Order: sequence, then structure tokens, then C-alpha cells
Amino acid sequence: MTSSLVVEIGNYPVRFSTDDPALLGCLRTRFGDFVTEAPSSAPVDFSVRLLTPGLLPGGRDIQVTHVNGCWRFARDLFHSEWFPKHGRGSVRTSPLNFSRDAALAVPGPMAASVDSTLRVLHTLLLAPGGGFLLHAASAVRNGKAFVFSGVSGAGKSTISRLAPPDVTLLTDEISYICPQGETYRAFGTPFVGDLSRNGANISAPLKEINLLAQGSSNKRELLPPPKAAAGLLRNVLFFAVDPEYVPLVFETACRVASTVPIYRLTFVPTEEVWEMIS
Amino acid sequence: MNDIYVARSSAIAARALEEEMVIMSMRDSTLFTLNEVAAEIWRAADGKTPLSEIVRNNICAKFATDPDAAYADAEIFCRQLSDCGILMLSDRPIELGG
Repeated sequence: MTSSLVVEIGNYPVRFSTDDPALLGCLRTRFGDFVTEAPSSAPVDFSVRLLTPGLLPGGRDIQVTHVNGCWRFARDLFHSEWFPKHGRGSVRTSPLNFSRDAALAVPGPMAASVDSTLRVLHTLLLAPGGGFLLHAASAVRNGKAFVFSGVSGAGKSTISRLAPPDVTLLTDEISYICPQGETYRAFGTPFVGDLSRNGANISAPLKEINLLAQGSSNKRELLPPPKAAAGLLRNVLFFAVDPEYVPLVFETACRVASTVPIYRLTFVPTEEVWEMIS
Repeated sequence: MNDIYVARSSAIAARALEEEMVIMSMRDSTLFTLNEVAAEIWRAADGKTPLSEIVRNNICAKFATDPDAAYADAEIFCRQLSDCGILMLSDRPIELGG
């Protein structure tokens, strides 16, 4: 019997269906508060199927291609397809070390495949409307969202770990940003970094973006829009080399750089850094 | 002096931010930020106007600079952008499609 659950991030619900209850349990554990019984709109439908180990060719890096109306996302652990016109797709995943019992306790390779599929899918869902995913931690304080962007090792998880109790973490790894009128709004995501815990499933108006650098003192420098755009583009998450979508992402980054304050935040990894964030 | 003609590649995305121009190559997503002077050359690179005329009308007329030195710098700049695939160079006018 096929059963399903819906994972809603931002305002985009995605339903995953499978005939394997153990897989569904694994997904429910992995996505936690982002699993909803009441999606805000009609979900995109994905079927999930396990394949015999070794059937999936592909490297460690995700390859994203767009052919004849079908998006394909593939790497060694999974092959996914999405047909936007039909609102449905599939995830075929190789179990590798997948164990049914273990999968219920800890997210397994199958959940990682769905996680990767969701990351790519959301970059594509967001791009036409001017939204984007960013390599960044983000958090809500006093009702406003603050984003801390940087590549691996820049300090996303560190600054998240140092957050005081009045701060609610949206993510320590991948931030989710959507336009809202003339401004932007940041949403929580289940895309985890070194903290290994999902962000809160809430959203808040975006107040500022900080491009992270670690240094010997805490300081912030407001960047002029050209530098801000270049800094932002280095950290935007986008996988598809596509002549239609890449200019959309570029335009979005330039628009954000013109409307949202973007700082270079140099910080010492101590709690004092949060005194500059309010 | 053999003049050259310059035209913006179609395989880029570009946007003016303040006085500068941010350009991304569609080939490899490399980013370029052009300063105010370079952005003037970029905007004027229509494939029909010789570089010498661009330098005379768009650079020397707006920025106090020696024409010969400005042309030499502009030519180096254009060849660098051409090597990166975001500008086309020719010794005759460039026909742009579309």
C-alpha cells in the first residue's frame, strides 16, 4: 500500500509517496516539524523508490539538467526527476548501507537523497519568483531575520551555536529567502549543517545579510551594492547551468543587494558577536 | 593605428549597480565588477562603434585623461574581457544577432 507525507518549506509543499512504511518513518524523523498534515497549497508530488545498490551511476557532485520539460538531479546516491508541467516527479535512491531499523532511529542515505532533491527542487521553485537559497545560517531576533552567509568553514554553525536564548534559529546551513512586496522574508529550513538540528519552522521579515569572515576583532562594514551583489552571488545555492534560470538568480541577487543592507561581518567566535546583531 | 570594434557577449548577465557594472559569465558563472570608466566602455560596446571613438566620446570627454594612454588602457581591458568570453573583439564591425 502506498502512503505519503508532505514536507513544506517556505510556502512550497512537496508530497513524498512510497510503498515502504520504513522509508516514510525515516522521512518523518528527518524532516520533523516541516512535515505537515495541512499543506498551504497543492503539493508537488514525488514518488520515492529504493533501487538495488549499485544501480545508480554518477559522481559525488549533483548534476542538474533540463531536457524536454524534465529536470533531472543526479549523483551517486540518487536520481530524481521533476516534470514542472505535471507537478510530479520521482526519487530513485540506492540504499547502500540502508537498514530499516537504523533508518527509523537516524536519517539514512534515503533521507539524504530526499534532502538533496528538496534542495535542488526549491532552488528551481524559487527562482522564477525572485526567491533563492543561500549558503547561510539565519535566525530571528526581535521579530526580524538576520542572515549570516559564507562558504563551509566561514562560521555559519559557529555563530549559530553562540546565539543567545532570545534568538530562534532558522537554519545553520541553508537559508530560504523569498520576496514579500518590496522586501524579503526568511523562512526556517530543515537543511542542517554542523549543528545537526532542523531550524524552526517559522519566518520573519529579512532585516540584513552578513557575509562572514573570522578575524581578531568584531566589526561590521556596510558593503556598497556591487560588492554586496558579488559577495551574495558567491554563496547563492544554484545547481543548474541553465540559460533561463541563471540570469534570474543573477537578477535576484542584484535586486537584494540594492534593497537589503549587506555587511561584511568579521568576528571572533565568542558570544560578544551577537551584541552587534539586534 | 588599427582600430578595433567591441561588442558585449550575449552569454552574460549584467546589471548596473550605482556607477559600477556587475557581470556574470553564463559560461562558467565567473563574476566581474567593472568600475565607472570600464562600465562606460562596456555600455558603449555595440559592435559598430570603433574603440577609438568610444574612448574619445565616452572616456576622454567625461574623465580627464590623455587620449593615447586611455586608448592603450582600454584596448588592454577589452582584450582581457575578450579572453574571459564576455566581450567580442574584431578588426571590423560586429554583426549582432537578434
